[in-house]
Amino acid sequence: MDRMERSPLAVYLDHLEQGRLAYQRSAATGQAVFYPRVIAPGSGADDLAWHASAGLGTVYATTVVHPQDGAPYNVALIDMDEGFRLMSRVEDIAPDAVRIGLRVRFRVHQPAGGPAQGQAQGQAQGQAGAKAGDGEPPCPVFFPAEDVA
Amino acid sequence: MKGLIRGSAAIAGVGCSDLGAVAALMSPIDLMAQGIARALDDCGLTLRDVDGLFCATTQVRTSAMTLAEYLGLPDAYTDSTIVGGSSFEVHVAHAMAAIAAGLCSVVAIAYGSTQRTVGRRAASVREWNPYETPFKPFLPASAYAMAASRHMHEFGTTREQMAEVAVAAREWALLNPAAWEKKKLTVADVLGARKISDPFTVRDICLVTDGGGALIVVSAERARSLRKKPVYVLGCGQSITHAAISSMPDLTQTGAIASGRQAYHMAKLAPREIGLAMLYDAFTINTILFLEDLGFCPKGEGGRFVSDGAIAPGGRFAVNTNGGGLSYCHPGMYGLFLLIEAVEQLRGEAGARQVAGIETAIAHGNGGVLSAQASVILGTAAAL
Repeated sequence: MDRMERSPLAVYLDHLEQGRLAYQRSAATGQAVFYPRVIAPGSGADDLAWHASAGLGTVYATTVVHPQDGAPYNVALIDMDEGFRLMSRVEDIAPDAVRIGLRVRFRVHQPAGGPAQGQAQGQAQGQAGAKAGDGEPPCPVFFPAEDVA
Repeated sequence: MKGLIRGSAAIAGVGCSDLGAVAALMSPIDLMAQGIARALDDCGLTLRDVDGLFCATTQVRTSAMTLAEYLGLPDAYTDSTIVGGSSFEVHVAHAMAAIAAGLCSVVAIAYGSTQRTVGRRAASVREWNPYETPFKPFLPASAYAMAASRHMHEFGTTREQMAEVAVAAREWALLNPAAWEKKKLTVADVLGARKISDPFTVRDICLVTDGGGALIVVSAERARSLRKKPVYVLGCGQSITHAAISSMPDLTQTGAIASGRQAYHMAKLAPREIGLAMLYDAFTINTILFLEDLGFCPKGEGGRFVSDGAIAPGGRFAVNTNGGGLSYCHPGMYGLFLLIEAVEQLRGEAGARQVAGIETAIAHGNGGVLSAQASVILGTAAAL
């Protein structure tokens, strides 16, 4: 068997660095798969192909986190038009203005410390409890794709 | 569950360890040992009789190994399956299977946690998830909060209805001398408490306590020769729909639908025949979701079902009579206490909170973020 040269997470982060929200689709079942995997859940098929999302989605669920120190912020689950769901946040509006059903558009958030160097860095730093910004990998965030009342 | 035989095993002994805030430098294994000693005493067996050791804790990586060493039981059959708070409901099913297969005959199922003493973050180190952690969800609360947001959106469930769950739990706790919370709680108190993750305030969220305990599971035949009235295992079921909340297929439909269906099928019982529901109430929305998913009311009706004190003492259906994870005790993986309370109720030992005339109960465990659901239906000899 050929050794896998790039992990699913590394490929996903490569796409994000290039401004794309990547997901996988099983050729056999047509199933959209996220988070990226080595084989397809359920079927076990090893035919997962990478695709770039068009970047449009809908807020499926939302909450506002109230930290003991610091400003409240949004955390949401977004259903992408291609048929997969991910955790993210909606920016550019007040956290409590984020509503279920809101149409949103993807953009890449680059933490202040710049892109991560090397595929394992984000993971390793996360385990060490890294502060936001410094050397963290990019992540997909969203902003309203419609007027918010 | 497929392959298990209704009523073939029974819970013969139960025991809680010290609860709430335990003595300085107690370890989770100390609490397991204390629970096992008390549970053995409850049924009249001794440690020498134990040949199966089942346990789970977040604080000891190889807990069965450490517990076997501590107790000096090198030959014990072990199982340290850990799927979060429902681990102990899963252990009951595994114990039933192991006893039926002749692998062991007296199983101690144990839990211990010192999370209040050492801090929640230290007791339960959260793994980095590259697809969730960057967004800083306050876990587990934010995951359940998002499920609540969906329930409110789809079914019109209100904050007041969720608060009623916390108020009912508190009223039961006030009847339980072992409960952590001792003061009355109102709907207004819940709504006005400190916000954590919308729509939840701190009063929608379980306690952070120390605690542990144990169950002794034996064959039905053996149980009949022991000190206490046997509580038979009639049905078991489990379902793991996801691990992370972003992978949960539908935030208003939990794996309790499947685990409940399996357990009812095995028990040959319907929800209307269940006298007591012990539901894993780490958050107020849980009670509402599990009442629906275990068939006590239609999907979407849970909020209305819990209104007007319906699940409080004197209400129309007894739920979480020990005061629940919300007001009794919650050391992080609460599932063992559901089983202990169900056993005490079925034996008629629950004192001021005793539910009259019940022969059946369901203990429904929840692990992770609505992830691992496991149901156990228990009954007296009359329910066999």
